[in-house]
Amino acid sequence: MTHSTSNSNPPDEERRGLLKWSAILLGSLATAAAGIPIVGFLLGPLRKRDDQWTTAGKVEDFPVGQTRLVDLQNPLHGLGDGDAGKIAIYVRRADEATFQIFAVNCTHLGCPVNWLADAGLFMCPCHGGVFYEDGSHASGPPPRGLYQYEHRLEKGDLLVKLGHLPTLQQPG
Amino acid sequence: MNTIKQIWDWLEHRLELRDSLWPVMRHPVPAALAKPVGWWYVFGSMTLTFLMLQIVTGICLAMVYQPTAEDAYASLEYLNYEAPFGWLMRAIHYWSATGMVVMLFVHMSQVFLMGAFKYPRELTWLVGVGLLAMTLGLAFTGQVLRYDGDSYWGVSVAVAAAGRVPWLGPSIVHFILGGEYIGSETLSRFFTLHVFILPGLLFSLLAVHLYLVVKRGISEPPTPGEPVDKATYHEQYEQLLEKGIPFFPHALYRDGVACAMAVLIVVGLAVVFGPKGPGEIPDPTLIHAEPRPDWYFLPIFALAALSPPSMETFLMLGLPVIGLGALLAVPFVAGTGERSARRRPVAVLTVLVSFVTLMILGWYGATSPWSPDMQAWSDAPVPENIVQKLTPLELQGAIVFQNKCCRNCHALEGSGGHRGPDLTDVGSRMNPDAMVRQVVQGGGNMPAYAQQMNSAEVEALVSFLVKLRPEGMPPAAVPSAPAETLAAVKATP
Ligand code: FES
Repeated sequence: MTHSTSNSNPPDEERRGLLKWSAILLGSLATAAAGIPIVGFLLGPLRKRDDQWTTAGKVEDFPVGQTRLVDLQNPLHGLGDGDAGKIAIYVRRADEATFQIFAVNCTHLGCPVNWLADAGLFMCPCHGGVFYEDGSHASGPPPRGLYQYEHRLEKGDLLVKLGHLPTLQQPG
Repeated sequence: MNTIKQIWDWLEHRLELRDSLWPVMRHPVPAALAKPVGWWYVFGSMTLTFLMLQIVTGICLAMVYQPTAEDAYASLEYLNYEAPFGWLMRAIHYWSATGMVVMLFVHMSQVFLMGAFKYPRELTWLVGVGLLAMTLGLAFTGQVLRYDGDSYWGVSVAVAAAGRVPWLGPSIVHFILGGEYIGSETLSRFFTLHVFILPGLLFSLLAVHLYLVVKRGISEPPTPGEPVDKATYHEQYEQLLEKGIPFFPHALYRDGVACAMAVLIVVGLAVVFGPKGPGEIPDPTLIHAEPRPDWYFLPIFALAALSPPSMETFLMLGLPVIGLGALLAVPFVAGTGERSARRRPVAVLTVLVSFVTLMILGWYGATSPWSPDMQAWSDAPVPENIVQKLTPLELQGAIVFQNKCCRNCHALEGSGGHRGPDLTDVGSRMNPDAMVRQVVQGGGNMPAYAQQMNSAEVEALVSFLVKLRPEGMPPAAVPSAPAETLAAVKATP
């Protein structure tokens, strides 16, 4: 074993240089090979899925002037979601042809707002946010009115576009 | 006997513990620690003991717990009612978490008040702040894994807050949820955080923390008038250690007693009070939930309700960062100088003010007087002694008062919501005109009822409210203040 002691030997030096660069190069390659799919997987959820149209019920099921809580299956629901794959919405039929579909999530910090029909108000149990029956802000900390979902009437059905959890920068 | 010795020698020959571990165990600590003041030094070990208990009970729980939205709730119930000792594992895990957070704060306060974070132990403190962050992270993720109504809506609140981050908000929400809504992916993420990522980070930091404790030595009890001076501290400390005592067994006994007590208390609490929850089923369509966070986060919960809307986003997102930043800045701001609490009034005051603030906020969070009492309109009838003397119109007003859910925010004789003022004596404070204005237009924290009540209802309601005043006191005649300001004043607690 001479090469470990003879530092001055040029071919040895060369070989060690080659080895060092191979280690660095192969190392980066290996890191990328394993790392890119891992990072890709971790960032996977950043790929957004769009809300989907779903039927909230027959138009005639909603009496004019009333607001109802409707339980639906979240159209985006997936494997193993169980009850979490459900979604609740408030459907208000203001008059014959005018509907308003509200998210149950308070615009302050996302707690579920309660509809109190006699008082004609939505109240939030968390920090006391209150909304009028048309969803506009009545009092308390929420910074805006209730989130509303896009909807349309088709062949006597009420269709609603939903799926994602509404937040301030991504309302209904 | 001989065989044991042989095995021991065989191991020792390979491990060489006599050269590595033994000197660490026997490293000298200041002799003063053998005196009663040594009891101040047990809090770190107690926190560590709770961590160990968390790991062991956590592993047990992980063997049964199902981290999917579909089955998590059922697996918690299985643990509670079917798995032998499952309820106790859950209970110990919960109470030990509580103990860990409490002891962590006690430990930090002690280190802060005794100036132990000063030179040369700044890094130990910094790493300790990291440990605090990890522990709180574990506390929150753990609360989510107790997958019930509170957990579901707790995540909803957390992402609603995260969603307020400028620009990045929606992406952060997505990343936390692992999708578009709170579902199975979300729970798996919290499980991974709670079981792999956060403990992993915590252990790495803990290793550094303990290494530094041994390497930099345990700080001597402070003496007033003996400030830390970088130029001389080392020499003084070395001299002190020359008369020091070995860590093992002297200091360890005290730790042992304290830690044993800690475990006994936690197991005792677990046996007596049992596990926490799970509460209601985590179903987004069960909207009558009234989510409350675990006690650790009650001060933050209170802050979300009490902060003025203009500053809210800043307080919610900025305050935790500022808090951590302030803790990290401590050893750089006050890295040398006086160590004794007796000569550091500002330090003592800081600790006192912090704890009092946290406790008041926590108390507010627990009682949450700002939350309407959702069931009061149907559950809390107008007290009989009030109803007895009413005319038909006033009685009608009492019914309006209940039906329109006024009780949810306004108490009568203490029962009902506390978001608005108690109306037991309102008749002596406000005249009828001001009442009508307040009811119809709202103001302060009160919604306007113009759309929700017809004039007959308003009339009945006001005639009822006027009646609400102590016996013999005349109704308020002139409005003492315009309705708006009156309401605003009363709405401020
Ligand atoms: S979440 Fe509704 S008021 Fe705060």
